[in-house]
Amino acid sequence: MNILVCIKQVPDMALRFTANSSGTWFDETGLVFRMNDCDEYAVEEAVRLKEQLGGTPEVSALSIGSARVVETIRKALAMGCDRGVHIDDPSVSARDPWQIASMIAGYAMSRHYDLIFTGMQSEDRGSAQVGVLVAERMGISCVTGMIGFGWNDGTVTVERELEGGKRGMTKLTAPALLTCQQGLNTPRYPTLPNIMKSKKKEISVLRAEESGLDNPLSSVAGFRLHERKSVGLVLQGEAGDMAARVVDLLDSRTTVLRQGGLL
Amino acid sequence: MKVLLVGECRAGRLAEAVSELFGFAAVLGAETAMLFVGSADDLPSFEGRLYFADSREYGEYNPDVHKRLVLEAVEKERPDAVVFLHSSYGWDLAPRVAAAMKAAQVSGVTGIDGAGYTVDSCNGKMRRTVTPLTSVAVLTLQSGAFSSPQLSGVPDVIGIDADRSSMVEFLGCRPPEAGVDLSRATVVVSAGRGVGKQENVDLVRQLAEALGGEVGASRPVIDAGWLERSRQIGTTGQTVAPSLYVACGISGAIQHVAGMKGSGFVIAVNTDQDAPIADVADVLVVADLVQFLPALTARIEARQSGGF
Repeated sequence: MNILVCIKQVPDMALRFTANSSGTWFDETGLVFRMNDCDEYAVEEAVRLKEQLGGTPEVSALSIGSARVVETIRKALAMGCDRGVHIDDPSVSARDPWQIASMIAGYAMSRHYDLIFTGMQSEDRGSAQVGVLVAERMGISCVTGMIGFGWNDGTVTVERELEGGKRGMTKLTAPALLTCQQGLNTPRYPTLPNIMKSKKKEISVLRAEESGLDNPLSSVAGFRLHERKSVGLVLQGEAGDMAARVVDLLDSRTTVLRQGGLL
Repeated sequence: MKVLLVGECRAGRLAEAVSELFGFAAVLGAETAMLFVGSADDLPSFEGRLYFADSREYGEYNPDVHKRLVLEAVEKERPDAVVFLHSSYGWDLAPRVAAAMKAAQVSGVTGIDGAGYTVDSCNGKMRRTVTPLTSVAVLTLQSGAFSSPQLSGVPDVIGIDADRSSMVEFLGCRPPEAGVDLSRATVVVSAGRGVGKQENVDLVRQLAEALGGEVGASRPVIDAGWLERSRQIGTTGQTVAPSLYVACGISGAIQHVAGMKGSGFVIAVNTDQDAPIADVADVLVVADLVQFLPALTARIEARQSGGF
């Protein structure tokens, strides 16, 4: 049995972003990169399935990007994936979802994966397209937003997250692609021995053109700071002073204190 | 310009948010048709062609089959854009339709500018403009980005069919986990990723108690298991509209804001002044919540015990 997990390296979202000189994506200066959060759940689910099946499935972790993404592939290996696949594409940030999907599908098509796990969406783009596009290109079944997973000899049961906390239950057959939502499991922290072991695991490298890169269907005309619509009052300074200001504001702008807090 | 809107049915009812599709079409001034897989008893009201298939036959979630139904309507209507909500239905179905049409898809559209469609990026901190390079575009609309006009009119209903074979079998829905109802709370104090660790959730709880309110949370706190799932606020949790909402360490992802934007007065406590929560906050306290929350709780307790 073969499992593929697709992971993306993204910047830490708590940092400050500026546009690059062409105004199409962020300037990487000063940013710190890590694994996209939904993708950690994807890696964890793949590794859990491998453990559930006594270690027989081979789990590959694939990422696209410059040499920088190898660090994120190493993290997936330290979490328990067996081998890495690096599609070396320094222009990845200029690719649209269709192109990203073309490379993943191009790589995966002839390799007979029983299951492909991806994150539901990335934190930096949030298109939620790539996983589904890969499945459509490969002609395999697909369910998005997975928060529950079961495997029984080729039959997959998936819980999908719906609006208002409801869950949709679905059943499908391998080969299948599943896009993973946050909360699916609790991703593990790599242990030191596993980090050491991961350094010996193989990462194969191929160029974008070798993996079936297609032409884009969309382009980016601009990338800029999201101007804040209604910046209210901004308080900065000593905690006690700010607390006093906030209590004054609660007095003048709300009735919550007048009700004595007993509602 | 002509758009094909894709309606949405949830538990046998037309989803309320469908009116936002018409709000978007109005911004474009586009001729409007809709495809809807749902109940004949609850059809959308508008003047135009409604391509209809019954969800009792075609299911509410049946992506392979719904894709064929959308493509069938596209074939008949030949629109310039096919427009979905960016919902669990829309984000799942739209890329399938886009792939079949080999059309550009833009996800989570928040607006239109001269060069294309604007979308949020980097957790709402940045904004991109994406231009489709194909003659037909597939779009999903960010929840709440467009107005919800009052719908009226009687559509011209056209029944459509498609092959019902599917690779995905839908087994049914599970209701949300039972728990606290936050929708009627007057004060909600919510914890987000910025609380950092489970112990700090107590600081949020203490402030909520001092204010006589309920504790809520954004997704990462729920996923970490620090609070029960029924306290999640946002598109996949509860929707609240208290007089006072205090967002503690919540960045303000769109999915969370959708669940609290009806709040009366919003106070955000965050170390990051650029966090998107600033968009909806009346007061942004730039502070480490570990220092600020106890200070605020102490002040409020002193006020409450000291009488008016």
